[in-house]
Amino acid sequence: MTENELHRDLRRAVRELCQRFPDEYWREKDEASAYPEEFVKAMTDASFLAALIPEEYGGLGFGVTEASIILEEVNRSGGNAGACHAQMYTMGTLLRHGSEEQKRTYLPKIATGELRLQAFGVTEPDAGTDTTQIKTTAVRRGDRYVISGQKVFTSRVQHSDLMILLARTTPRDQVKKRSEGLSVFLVDLREAIGNGMEVQPIATMMNHETNAVFFDNLEVPAENLIGEEGQGFRYILDGMNAERILIAAECIGDGYWFIDRSTKYASERVVFGRPIGQNQGVQFPIAQAYVHLRAADLMRYDAAAKFDRGEPCGAEANMAKLLAADASWEAANVAIQTHGGYGFAREYDIERKFRETRLYQVAPISTNLILSYIGQHVLGMPRSF
Amino acid sequence: MKICVTVKQVPDPNLPMQVDPATHRLVRNPDQSILDPADEYGVETALRLVEEHGGEVVVVSMGPPSAADALRRAMAMGADRAILITDEALAGSDARATARALAAVIRGEQPDLVICAIEATDAYTGMVPGMLAELLDLPQLTFARQVAVEGQTVTVHRDIEGATQVLRAQLPALLTVTASIAEPRYPSFKGVMAAKRKPIDERDLASLGLEAGAVGAAGAAERVVALEEVREEKQGQMVTDDGTGSSVEAIVAFLERIQVV
Ligand SMILES: Cc1cc2nc3c(=O)[nH]c(=O)nc-3n(C[C@H](O)[C@H](O)[C@H](O)COP(=O)(O)OP(=O)(O)OC[C@H]3O[C@@H](n4cnc5c(N)ncnc54)[C@H](O)[C@@H]3O)c2cc1C
Ligand SMILES: Cc1cc2nc3c(=O)[nH]c(=O)nc-3n(C[C@H](O)[C@H](O)[C@H](O)COP(=O)(O)OP(=O)(O)OC[C@H]3O[C@@H](n4cnc5c(N)ncnc54)[C@H](O)[C@@H]3O)c2cc1C
Repeated sequence: MTENELHRDLRRAVRELCQRFPDEYWREKDEASAYPEEFVKAMTDASFLAALIPEEYGGLGFGVTEASIILEEVNRSGGNAGACHAQMYTMGTLLRHGSEEQKRTYLPKIATGELRLQAFGVTEPDAGTDTTQIKTTAVRRGDRYVISGQKVFTSRVQHSDLMILLARTTPRDQVKKRSEGLSVFLVDLREAIGNGMEVQPIATMMNHETNAVFFDNLEVPAENLIGEEGQGFRYILDGMNAERILIAAECIGDGYWFIDRSTKYASERVVFGRPIGQNQGVQFPIAQAYVHLRAADLMRYDAAAKFDRGEPCGAEANMAKLLAADASWEAANVAIQTHGGYGFAREYDIERKFRETRLYQVAPISTNLILSYIGQHVLGMPRSF
Repeated sequence: MKICVTVKQVPDPNLPMQVDPATHRLVRNPDQSILDPADEYGVETALRLVEEHGGEVVVVSMGPPSAADALRRAMAMGADRAILITDEALAGSDARATARALAAVIRGEQPDLVICAIEATDAYTGMVPGMLAELLDLPQLTFARQVAVEGQTVTVHRDIEGATQVLRAQLPALLTVTASIAEPRYPSFKGVMAAKRKPIDERDLASLGLEAGAVGAAGAAERVVALEEVREEKQGQMVTDDGTGSSVEAIVAFLERIQVV
């Protein structure tokens, strides 16, 4: 099977699945702020969420390129992959740094959907973008770690069985570099919630299950430490390139969706006796957004191909994320404008997707942080923070 | 047990039907053709029986080379292998010719069960299964909505007016299954990839030992002489009430005339 054939089959299969979840499905979930359980189950059953799990553990054994195609198609269909994308982008931490025993315990069950690993606790109230400042601590006591502290915007905790958690195991004043002394744990949420871990939902402007999470002497078995103690920050950073590429793909999916809807509407809506799309004032912004989107798409494939070949791709992954988030936001704006008043009406779904795609300017990483990465690491300018 | 499921590739029923005015045949565009949704019930039934009793599911189709896509779909659901009967000389086959070709292959397989849909979603003759049972000399259990196999017997439940009938036959036998028999599974992408590696055995006329005159347009006992599309017309009739409720009578009279009430 050539790669293009695989990608074509994959796109077709995801599209076919997404057809079972039309606009009304997502609209109703959005209005009820409800988790799209049926959709996530269908994605799991179809083995799409196991894309990055190696075949020997029951997954599809794909690369980030294929995983990105899956998420792109979900968003391109009008859906929102945010409900389940973390299963893919947290995977790298467990795959690359987990022990053989951890992998054998968890991966096959994650592949079948018996377990969900889609919560990822990094961000804290007092340490947003500045991750090394986190205050959540894990202290070793015998065969356990005892965790105390607080996380914020921890998404999908209520719909996950496992969570990857970053906590400080050595105080900042006792390490040489601030990025040292942080460790990653696999927390079994089924045991933790109510036994030292509390979850408080945060309502947001789009349908995205996210939470404030509190730890008060939560005990985690020492065998749930991933990799070496103190090296956790490096493991998290390591997974970030995959995350950037996957989020870029979702933005690209959103962008194509906005442009498809805008093109169709502009060609059909007649005002002043002609389709509004005949006016260059309407047509050009759509064309412009499309051009930017295609360029972002190329950067995404470049980043994904480098990632899958095992080459350094930090610059490309970050640039792809920035270009794609900007392109989808531009397309979202154009779509609202093209639809006039109807763009604001819920039954057109534009305002929903508009709210959803806005997130990617801020999370999982904000645009400014990408620019500072490019400025410092690609262009060699002085460190700004 | 070995189960043969006959499956047909049909034009996607969700798309508008196109007919070639010269031949009166459906225009079959491979890109817009799919595994007949009616046949997915047969495939699902066979998979469940084999999951329960062990064995093999073989899907059999007669059609153009593109019908391989329909067979791949059935294999993505879980069927083990496929046989595609394809030959220029088969073009224009009617139900009898189709049944002859399918019978020639299935005879060689010696299955315990043959499963067909009640009728194909495109041509709707519903004749192939009966003819196939006759040619293979198998008992035929039609319209099954529930099926069970125990040892060498097969039992089906079928609905008749106001009652459920339970039929039993010795294997080997042929079944036709309804849409209420089992919800067909969606293939997982793993299944899709595995299906690429499963074999499709292509058979031409010569390998079936059939005479060219027995199949195809030459062997057809019936000919489609006309095919007219049904036009949908929307008609509206306004009934204005004069304030006395007169419209109710007018509407009831109308409904009686068109025999709705
Ligand atoms: C819906 C949602 C879901 C999320 N899900 C998760 C999750 O599952 N797990 C998780 O760990 N986190 C999650 N997050 C958190 C997200 O990653 C953070 O919100 C994001 O990293 C920004 O951190 P902050 O909100 O603390 O912003 P801050 O760090 O307070 O930054 C505020 C603004 O200032 C800018 N800024 C800060 N420092 C600089 C600087 N040095 N130079 C220039 N600009 C700067 C930022 O770009 C930003 O625009 C989620 C957030 C949201 C909204
Ligand atoms: C109006 C009309 C238009 C037609 N147009 C065309 C045309 O455009 N091109 C053309 O080639 N033929 C055409 N035919 C012929 C028709 O496709 C054959 O008669 C057909 O193979 C058998 O009839 P059916 O589809 O009604 O099958 P049915 O008897 O309704 O099918 C019942 C079941 O038998 C099995 N089965 C039927 N056919 C096959 C098959 N080929 N392979 C495997 N299993 C099968 C399936 O399980 C199916 O669900 C047409 C027939 C009619 C009446």
